[in-house]
Amino acid sequence: MSVTQSSSHSAPSTVSPGLAVEMTALRRTYGTVNALDGLDLHLDPGEMVVLLGPSGCGKTTALRILAGLERQDAGTISVGGRDLTHVPANKRDMGMVFQAYSLFPHLTVLDNVAFGLKLRGRSRKDRRQRAGDMLDLVGLGEQKARYAHQLSGGQQQRVALARALAIEPAVLLLDEPLSALDAKVRVQLRDEIRRVQSDVGTTTLFVTHDQEEALAIADRVGVMNSGRLDQIAPPAELYSSPATRFVGEFVGLSNRIPAQVDGETAVVLDARLPVLPGSAAGAGLALVRPESVSVEPDEHGHATVVSVAFLGPVSRATLTLDDGTLVMAQLASAAAGGLVVGGRVRLRITPSPVLVVGA
Amino acid sequence: MTITAPLAAAAPDSDPGRGRRLSVGPSLGLLPFLVFIGIFLVIPTVTVIVGAFQSEAGGFSLEKVRALGEETPLRALRESLVLSFTSALVGAVLGALLAYLVVTAPPTSILRRAVTSICGVLAQFGGVTLAFAWIATLGFSGLLTDLMADTFGTDPNGSSWLYELPGLILVYSYFQIPLMVIVFLPALEGLRPQWREAAVNLGATTRQYWLQVAFPLLRPAFLGSALLLFANAFAAYATAAALVSQGAPITPLLIRSALTSEIVLGQANFGFALALEMIVVVAIVMGLYAWLLRRTSRWLG
Ligand SMILES: Nc1ncnc2c1ncn2[C@@H]1O[C@H](COP(=O)(O)OP(=O)(O)OP(=O)(O)O)[C@@H](O)[C@H]1O
Ligand SMILES: [Mg+2]
Repeated sequence: MSVTQSSSHSAPSTVSPGLAVEMTALRRTYGTVNALDGLDLHLDPGEMVVLLGPSGCGKTTALRILAGLERQDAGTISVGGRDLTHVPANKRDMGMVFQAYSLFPHLTVLDNVAFGLKLRGRSRKDRRQRAGDMLDLVGLGEQKARYAHQLSGGQQQRVALARALAIEPAVLLLDEPLSALDAKVRVQLRDEIRRVQSDVGTTTLFVTHDQEEALAIADRVGVMNSGRLDQIAPPAELYSSPATRFVGEFVGLSNRIPAQVDGETAVVLDARLPVLPGSAAGAGLALVRPESVSVEPDEHGHATVVSVAFLGPVSRATLTLDDGTLVMAQLASAAAGGLVVGGRVRLRITPSPVLVVGA
Repeated sequence: MTITAPLAAAAPDSDPGRGRRLSVGPSLGLLPFLVFIGIFLVIPTVTVIVGAFQSEAGGFSLEKVRALGEETPLRALRESLVLSFTSALVGAVLGALLAYLVVTAPPTSILRRAVTSICGVLAQFGGVTLAFAWIATLGFSGLLTDLMADTFGTDPNGSSWLYELPGLILVYSYFQIPLMVIVFLPALEGLRPQWREAAVNLGATTRQYWLQVAFPLLRPAFLGSALLLFANAFAAYATAAALVSQGAPITPLLIRSALTSEIVLGQANFGFALALEMIVVVAIVMGLYAWLLRRTSRWLG
């Protein structure tokens, strides 16, 4: 397992520079389940890291331990150089947005957002001012006097975001904040969360099992697998250069095409491609993205068209190699017109590095 | 003992009813309910109101209603109110605490299931059974009374407190507390863990969470349950009847006397007047509750 580091992210435009977060060797077991199995995670100041992984891999546990809502069995946590390992949750200064709606139903939107400020003893005028500003930031300045049950799910999560940010938290934590919303609102709100986060410059940890969401908003995506981090890298790097088989198969669609590794290169179909670090030696399966496969009709080709699905600007062709391997190719819909089901085709693979895994 | 109308012990996150439509279909389904309400609520109420304003001869008269102002009925009303208020207060506070202990136990635990089913039984039958148990223990010639008389030379016939207000309050608590547990449990279960976590995350101490989040959220259900307890005690008859065989210290027992009195005939209409008085008291308390709720819980929408 290799953890790739990177620090390329847009600099926050205003306010706090954010604090660095360091989680080291975190462990947590529930009975016999290893929810966290030695998790190491570092967040740069102002960075937005998304933890991505299948259900039950320990994402929520990691977030809740960082927030202090859950105890770790071992490991340490520090924020901005300060050791928080044994600091109780209410003293950690972290703003959290929960998956389930968590606004206080007996308070207005404004009082919800001002709640944390009231606990900090800020004056009434101050609180209203700051809460109002936060609501403007999330586009709900007009809804101050409403109660939670008068808002849509998306609006409630915006208020929850404003409430978490109002206390100027050291770290912003979001646990699948969009999963209860319908697809359209989800896309809109995730872009908005990203915008707000870059505006305020708060270091942010966002948890999701939706890879599209993760790739769309993260500075870096950390892929979790059974309580550990398999790889953490900027979205593009994660997609083009998966470090492990798990990452390659979990993020995006991949074909598995028989390959023969020979030193630094591998022969896949007729092409010779460079291999990524972590690849297996000898015979194996190359993980190849559908958009890296191009198709052209050819009487003497080594594959047959099984079906062609039109997806708008692009189409997806399903093909079988002569050895029976199924391969998906993504191509411009204009080019897909020349393919007939049952016709023979020749496949070409874009010569970018591939990960080859054991068969 | 009867439990009055199924009062909405509103769960904190109840949705506001929106959109009213009038069509025949749904109202037809309500018919059995309306018939039930008519037979068991409207007709008796009308009978009571009419009867209260009738003289023995059958004509309109304010005589019976005026008689409510006499010393005996006034004292019975006062005792009834004190009894209902005190037993509702004791029941609501202790019942809420017990309910809290129950919800903090895991949902599948034996303790939890045992407490809820025992409460279900006691809330219904606790009164009479326990009245007898108390009489047998602490009443005239009760087990403990005799024991005390033998040991300390106390008067075996002197312990009449059990048959008076303090005794009634004590015995009433035995069904009030379990009733509170039953009606208040859903509200406690409706407190979402995320509310606590959100509060803690924003910097709240446990105390601040309770004062600023949990109590305000539970207040409507607590008031509603306490009101139910008040009405429950106010209307309770069997327990008091079992415990008190002579005299009529509280209004429901006074109604009994009015209806069964062989000394003065034609007291039935006075019974109606007393019943009307009880209806008015319950109506006032419910009005008070509605007002309080509107003032303190606008968020219920
Ligand atoms: N309170 C708990 N008691 C027992 N087991 C738990 C508890 N919380 C989590 N687990 C277990 O720990 C593992 C990790 O859980 P966690 O909630 O962190 O997963 P997740 O990655 O957030 O999954 P999801 O995407 O479904 O939310 C799971 O196997 C889960 O069953
Ligand atoms: Mg989770």
